[in-house]
Amino acid sequence: MNYVDIHAHMISRSTDDYDRMALAGCVAVTEPAFWAGYDRRSADVFADYFDHLTDFEPKRAAQYGIDHYTWLCLNPKEGENRELARQVLEIIPEFLDRPNVLGIGEIGLNRVTRNELATFKDHVDLAVANDQLIHIHTPHLEDKYKGTKVIVDTLAADSRVTPSRVMVDHAEEHTVGMILDNGFWTGLTLYPVTKTSPGRAVDMIERYGTERICVASACDWGPSDPLAVPRFIMEMRRRGHADDLIRTVVYDNPIAFLGQSPKFRQPRGSAATAALV
Amino acid sequence: MARNTISTLLTQRQLIDAYFMEQRTRVLDIAAFLDRLDRAAAADAEDDFRYVAFRQTLRELLSDEPGRVERVQMILSDRTTEPLPELDRKAAYGASIRNPVGNNGQETH
Repeated sequence: MNYVDIHAHMISRSTDDYDRMALAGCVAVTEPAFWAGYDRRSADVFADYFDHLTDFEPKRAAQYGIDHYTWLCLNPKEGENRELARQVLEIIPEFLDRPNVLGIGEIGLNRVTRNELATFKDHVDLAVANDQLIHIHTPHLEDKYKGTKVIVDTLAADSRVTPSRVMVDHAEEHTVGMILDNGFWTGLTLYPVTKTSPGRAVDMIERYGTERICVASACDWGPSDPLAVPRFIMEMRRRGHADDLIRTVVYDNPIAFLGQSPKFRQPRGSAATAALV
Repeated sequence: MARNTISTLLTQRQLIDAYFMEQRTRVLDIAAFLDRLDRAAAADAEDDFRYVAFRQTLRELLSDEPGRVERVQMILSDRTTEPLPELDRKAAYGASIRNPVGNNGQETH
């Protein structure tokens, strides 16, 4: 089954992963800007990173028939550094016109500090000023509930923000309801340990329906699986769900959300047809 | 906001037939972890916030009320509401160091 992985940090994955994802039906990925595992020391490093995300990575993906899109920001793990955030926010507009940039992301909160919240709001201002879609990271583990609530309350109180143009990602059982109830899109992240298993993701689909819900691998340099979406498809089938319903979650829904950007193109019919390097 | 839920298609028998073995191994792993803590070289973490929260989650599993996963999530969540004045650390622990012992996930007033 063809699918779109709305959250994949391909910069930290090997080319073999593109190969396997294409073979498994992946036709498009979107790659939010994220934390490198260490704090970057200057905005120049971010400029190089954004150049990578908008030039090298889409070319690498295209070799496997996968359309590559990206989101730009200074991520929440570095949001405490207000001066660096100010510098990075200044350079992001230089990249917004590049053809695979869909919006601002993944912004949000990490430990839910005052500075992180200020940096988050600055990114929202940038997105609104430039009519960009927004992709949001919600915090990890014990910080998820609090951080998601702060994010949802902040955006719901901002009349400039259209909820249907915002993806509040990494939802789990205790946060998915508040996200959907406020009109946002949400994503279920399929991780081996720290987020949601395919089985729990299917549970949430059964309980909350398919409207405005996507699933993603969020594969990166940590424990994660670039084939997590196909594993979700297998789990849905194991639970007896029809392929039409599954396709809604893994293909139609991502396209409906991402298609709000004029830069997003309908994926080609099948993957794994491009010449390999 | 109204939700268009989707039926769980499998019967209890079908779910048990399909999933019992993998749940069996998970409960055995938890039992073995608790035994391992009993055998540990030092009993120096009985009041560790993670261990306290973990024991609370195990009690929740015996509840007959639906919504166990949300209640377990809340036991393991920071239930304070104000942003931190400054960053204390980058990473999360998996349970909140700031929740009062004995608060099982219900908001206190």
